[in-house]
Amino acid sequence: MANEAYSKPGLWAWINRRLPVDTFLRSQLLEYYAPKNFNFWYFFGSLALLVLVMQLVTGIFLAMFYKVGEATSFDSVEFIMREVDFGWLLRYLHSTGASAFFLVIYLHMYRGMMYGSYKAPRELLWLFGMIIYLALMAEAFLGYVLPWGNMSFWAATVIINLFGAVPVIGPGLVEWIRGDYGIADATLNRFFSLHVVAVPLLLLLLVALHLIALHEVGSNNPDGVEIKEKKNAQGIPLDGIPFHPYYTVKDIFGVAVFLTLFAIVVFYIPTFSDLFLEKANFEPANPLSTPDPISPSWYFTPYYAILRSVPSKSIGALLMLIAVSAFFFLPWLDRSPVKSIRYRGWVFKTFFALFTLSFLGLMYLGLQPAQGIYVTLSRVCAVPYFAFFLLMPLYSRIDPVKPVPERVTFHA
Amino acid sequence: MSDVGATALGPEIDPSRRKFLTVAASATAAVGAVLAAVPFVESWEPSERARALGAPVLIDIGKLETGQMITATWRKQVIYIVGRAQSLVDALTKNDADLKDPKSDQSLQPKYAQNEMRSRRADVLVLIGICTHLGCLPKQFFDPGDAVLGASWPGGFRCPCHGSRFDMAGRVFDGSPAPTNLSIPPYSFKDAHTLVIGLDDATAKGVA
Repeated sequence: MANEAYSKPGLWAWINRRLPVDTFLRSQLLEYYAPKNFNFWYFFGSLALLVLVMQLVTGIFLAMFYKVGEATSFDSVEFIMREVDFGWLLRYLHSTGASAFFLVIYLHMYRGMMYGSYKAPRELLWLFGMIIYLALMAEAFLGYVLPWGNMSFWAATVIINLFGAVPVIGPGLVEWIRGDYGIADATLNRFFSLHVVAVPLLLLLLVALHLIALHEVGSNNPDGVEIKEKKNAQGIPLDGIPFHPYYTVKDIFGVAVFLTLFAIVVFYIPTFSDLFLEKANFEPANPLSTPDPISPSWYFTPYYAILRSVPSKSIGALLMLIAVSAFFFLPWLDRSPVKSIRYRGWVFKTFFALFTLSFLGLMYLGLQPAQGIYVTLSRVCAVPYFAFFLLMPLYSRIDPVKPVPERVTFHA
Repeated sequence: MSDVGATALGPEIDPSRRKFLTVAASATAAVGAVLAAVPFVESWEPSERARALGAPVLIDIGKLETGQMITATWRKQVIYIVGRAQSLVDALTKNDADLKDPKSDQSLQPKYAQNEMRSRRADVLVLIGICTHLGCLPKQFFDPGDAVLGASWPGGFRCPCHGSRFDMAGRVFDGSPAPTNLSIPPYSFKDAHTLVIGLDDATAKGVA
């Protein structure tokens, strides 16, 4: 960067002649223009980043006290809770952080679906985000196994056995993942390695790709209008404002509100009445006793409800796989000429509302016992869930859309 | 790429030779990368120790009462050993119409256990107590007409995780998410009171 500004004496210029710090900050913050009409829904991207950092920091410290192993894992977690100074805080921050991560990510994804942020030119941005979501699910599951409570053990059993539904290689694959004839020390040890090294590295790489792709195409906004299409003489979007200081300040406010709520959970309701930390997981893993009833963490229950609503292992597993992966195809399923829900017609809004209700319904049903009315209702909810995706190429085309404004709407 | 090489580096560069070398080197590297991955993938297989611990186990069933179930473990799997009443064995054929796999054609068991009672002896049922759906432990509901499962219940097992139901031979009922009957391990009787799990013939020569 042979910029004149850097030929001056002084440490800042000296550094910038060797590392483009100033150029980077300018292009990515001070002269990165975001639409000026962001609303409440635009808090969750930066909050996700905050939670990621919190999980990394608390995780590093927990790993200093946690002892992986069939004989030691459970006791070392109790050791952290009872005998390490502020160990309870580290663990509650990490366990609450896991649930907060999914809450924030689900709201972040829902924002993208409301305002059509997955549509061109943001398809890759959406795909990176979806891979992050999958990596996060893997990370959460692996971490859930580590305390080696009885729910940890049986969650590992159920999830690993899902791979047994793969045709032909299924049984061998299950044994390969476990590294033994049942869930054992070998399984726990490799899950630890994946949870603290492999998946976090992958997550950081994916987050970097997600942000690079975002800054290349620019943020969408609640109107779904491309701000880059209307620029002033200097080439700055007319509806854009510099990310710093405008949105850094807005995000800091969001962080303050979020951390307040987060702290209330951590300090007063860390188990969140069995949703964040389950009673059955305060008993050591017991291969001879399945907790009754068994239910996964709340953030997996929509898919779990679909899995068990089908009286067939292979079809149940297949439908669950489709339910998760359907989001990947949104950029190509959606044929509507408009992005934002503000300018979509009643047809899309109806399907979207039904999808929202079915997702929340399945989330509730997945937490209930697998019998009677709950199974029936899961089947009822699964229909609008899949219809939202499968019928999208049809209804998004015939949807009576409204005219999209030239510029973003903004009421200061 | 090849024409860039030709103009920048002069006419003595042979573009086709350059392209061949690039492709050959890349292909060799790709094969090498796949081969190098083999030891990493193989490391996840059960270790020698895990395999050694999978040896057969002996269980004394001399004190097994009718209607009683004892559990053992073999290769980290829970083994159910049930003292089965003759009346329950006689009633098994009545279930056939309600079962997914009444003849156990799709299920895993040794040949000597692929019969109506799915066992070597009518009075002793040996099963791997792992639901074939997703691996939970089915619970015992041996009393016909159980209060929880209704008057038509013939006696058997029910999985607490996803509600799969099995009869007194471990055969799965229609409407259960489990795809097949409960599996049966290889087993045999060393004598009337000693059950050997993991061995097809405990009376054969050279068996401890």
